[in-house]
Amino acid sequence: MNFPILSSLILLPTIGALFILFTKSSSRKYQSSKYVALFISLANFLLSLYLWYVFDKNSVDFQFVENREWLSGFINYKVGIDGISILFVILTTFITPICIISVNATINNRLKDFLIAILIMETFMIGVFCSLDLVVFYLFFEAGLIPMFLIIGIWGGERRVYSAFKFFLYTLLGSVLMLVAIISIYWITGTTDVEKLYELGIKAEYQNLLWLAFFSSFAVKTPMWPVHTWLPDAHVEAPTVGSVLLAAILLKMAGYGFIRFSLGLFPIASENFTMLVYVLSLIAIIYTSLVALMQEDMKKLIAYSSVAHMGFVTLGIFTMTQQGIEGSIFQMISHGLVSAALFLSVGVVYERHHTRLINKYGGLVSIMPRYAIVFMVFTLGALGLPGTTGFIGEFLILMGAFEKNILVAMIASLGVILGAAYMLWLFKRVVFGEMNNQELKTMKDLKTFEIITLSALVIPILFFGFYPEPLMNSIEVSVENTLNMYNFDLINNLALKD
Amino acid sequence: MENFQYILPEIFVSVSMMLFLLIGVFKKNSASLIYNLSNISLVILLALIINLSSLDKVYLFNNSYLIDNLSNYMKIILVGSGIFVMLTGSKYIQVINLNKIEYPILILSSILGMMIMISSNDLIVFYMGLELQSLALYVLASFNRDNLLSTESGLKYFVLSALSSGLLLYGCSLTYGFSESTNFDQIFINSSEFNYGTTFGIVFILVGLAFKISAVPFHMWAPDVYQGSPTSVTLFFAILPKIAALSVFIKFLYTPFANMNDQWQTIIVFISIASMIFGAVAAIGQKNLKRLIAYSSISHMGYALAGLATVSNQGIQSSITYISIYLVMNLAFFSCLFMLKRNEKYYENIEDLSGLSKKHPILSFSLLIVLFSLAGIPPLAGFFAKFYVFLAVIEQSMYFLAIVGLLATVVAAFYYLRIIKIIYFDPEKEEYETSHNLGLKITLAISTIFILAYFIYPSGITEIVSKIIMI
Repeated sequence: MNFPILSSLILLPTIGALFILFTKSSSRKYQSSKYVALFISLANFLLSLYLWYVFDKNSVDFQFVENREWLSGFINYKVGIDGISILFVILTTFITPICIISVNATINNRLKDFLIAILIMETFMIGVFCSLDLVVFYLFFEAGLIPMFLIIGIWGGERRVYSAFKFFLYTLLGSVLMLVAIISIYWITGTTDVEKLYELGIKAEYQNLLWLAFFSSFAVKTPMWPVHTWLPDAHVEAPTVGSVLLAAILLKMAGYGFIRFSLGLFPIASENFTMLVYVLSLIAIIYTSLVALMQEDMKKLIAYSSVAHMGFVTLGIFTMTQQGIEGSIFQMISHGLVSAALFLSVGVVYERHHTRLINKYGGLVSIMPRYAIVFMVFTLGALGLPGTTGFIGEFLILMGAFEKNILVAMIASLGVILGAAYMLWLFKRVVFGEMNNQELKTMKDLKTFEIITLSALVIPILFFGFYPEPLMNSIEVSVENTLNMYNFDLINNLALKD
Repeated sequence: MENFQYILPEIFVSVSMMLFLLIGVFKKNSASLIYNLSNISLVILLALIINLSSLDKVYLFNNSYLIDNLSNYMKIILVGSGIFVMLTGSKYIQVINLNKIEYPILILSSILGMMIMISSNDLIVFYMGLELQSLALYVLASFNRDNLLSTESGLKYFVLSALSSGLLLYGCSLTYGFSESTNFDQIFINSSEFNYGTTFGIVFILVGLAFKISAVPFHMWAPDVYQGSPTSVTLFFAILPKIAALSVFIKFLYTPFANMNDQWQTIIVFISIASMIFGAVAAIGQKNLKRLIAYSSISHMGYALAGLATVSNQGIQSSITYISIYLVMNLAFFSCLFMLKRNEKYYENIEDLSGLSKKHPILSFSLLIVLFSLAGIPPLAGFFAKFYVFLAVIEQSMYFLAIVGLLATVVAAFYYLRIIKIIYFDPEKEEYETSHNLGLKITLAISTIFILAYFIYPSGITEIVSKIIMI
């Protein structure tokens, strides 16, 4: 038995959280618990990088698989990663230390509890991306609600209670149907082990309903139109760090779920419902982009842009083409970095000026030049300028879409233009223009820790924008494998029908 | 005579009960002494039952009394939770001046009645046990006799319970009349052919039992009785009678009426769905924590019954797992309730929890865990309880029941979240006392850790329960 590296990745943050919990809390020690949290999360990040280093990118199998008896007799605790999930794991371990560094001034009460919540959250998020058993997946997927509910509810803004409830109940409602589906799968096939299910396949007659049940959960979490309304509320009210976690990682769980489970387990149903997903994605892209144009609150604008970007992701996944799916994964990683960066950038000015309303700002370029530069990089990343990660993702998705359905691709392309419109307009109104508000003059440029966090995000956005090869290498084989299985199942099923 | 070694636990508890009564009469101010003695006798009782638990199946007294895996397991969790109920409530009854000698003795006699119910294999023995526990409960509900709510709850419980006992007796007599026996196994054999008389009998018996377990539509007493009774009695109400009633439910459905499952299955499904939905919806508007937990227990009983409705061993086992986890969650919840004390007064409104987390981080954290567990959010114990039930329900392709049940958990999640919101998000109020007696602290610690760490080895209870096979 090898060293259980994945379980260590999952458990390490929780151990850190317990450690922080049991250290005495005096106000001076607050800083030290922050260092503990930072240390733990950085250690986790290094561990995941090591994982990437030893990971065999040319293998189609799941690697580092751990399989232990858990619910005795029928469900095993099984974790493992392939080329797709490893990227999400690294994204999670990368974003978490950034969150912990930026906790500083936004959270003025109960810092210790906040750090514990973030670390526990990290455990659940890594767990989601590693689990190779449906029940284990569900467990992590749902458990993430608890810390996030508390993060929004305790440290959020004015309407935090409403937003926290909405977030929790929406997601729970979607997920319970998935639980029914998971248990049904167990009784239909006799296992919830994802690898075995890939081999066994699920009978065509069950697939549609099961697909819909999974879809109800993932659609809420993605979020797709029309069940996206919890996201703007949650984002606006959550503290900066909460928004970052939510946008960068939580939303990716659903996209990952679509690839891993919807395509992998229910190929026939996925084929049947492709049009539904296209339509919902297009509405998400166009409609929420238009909504984003009209927002006066910066966070709300970015939240709506997240919905639009995730619309691209779902569109790309369901093109069922190599480019489309690779593009979607790339877009998810890119959006994870960019949206995290944008929320942090909003956090920077919010901390100084205590408002998120766009029209209270203007002309920041003259007093905060450094801020203007990094904010520009992120804006360009969000609208998908070539040379940033955003471009590659959207470009591949559109390529995949053109291959399948030209009309869909053309409408989706409109979204790119709208995306440029709302992002550039936001940038213009906040950074350029006249400085009407005299209070703004007192604002200081970026502090050291802000430079660290924001430049930590600038680097991968530009690096992978120019040189996407390392990421592409990692996902290529796994995506190919997913698609092969998908097509194989479809052909088999057609043969059966004849 | 060799029969007596098997009912040693029952004999022991009756003798110690009478002994304590004598001590109480002849020795002045012996209330605390008797309380402690009763607790010790419960521990001995538990040891005696565990001692018998290796028995697979023993029939006693002309087959009217049965000791098997089901009865042993149920008695163990019954007496075990009885010990914790006594431990947590000891300070409470002193503070509100209820520390009288009758209190522990009534609890013991009620436990005795429940043990008889659990082991009964005959309508008459069953009824005797049922009435023994009920009579003790009537008195316990109105034990705080200077309190208007308490007396009201005692009276209400008595009147409604008497009514349901009447219906139950009517059902028993119908069953006896048409199947020509009071013995469960004999009824099973004689009712292999369908007849309306026994069907009516089943309906009336189920009504009586549904009343005891407070399932909709026979739940009306629960909120008032829960609220009016002293909190320590409410805790007793929330756990022990439910365990006994559930095991009698299992016994009735799967021994005498096992042949007629197509008759009673629809009834159980209906009761289950109605309880899940009603319990979830009605709890939303509640302001009193005890009242809220009454509605919550109604919906929890709905889930426990859902397992029984499946007519499968898996389902029965899941129900028993459910009630085992449910009792731990209730113990933890009430332990938290007992800690809301300030200046010799206990607080029991939801508003009193406002901002609790700032001054009492550990207590609030326990409540957080308990409430999320009650709502059935993974990875806490409450999730696994529901998971097993739905596993069994979906095995039998009862999708409607599963989907309604899971949707009801979303509604229920709302009111649990509301309490969490008040604890964590709302402005703080005055501080509560922080010194509590050891028993209370231990109970809270054990139950919280159980709930929190259940996911590490989630098949623990299931493995024990899997020995219970009814079909």
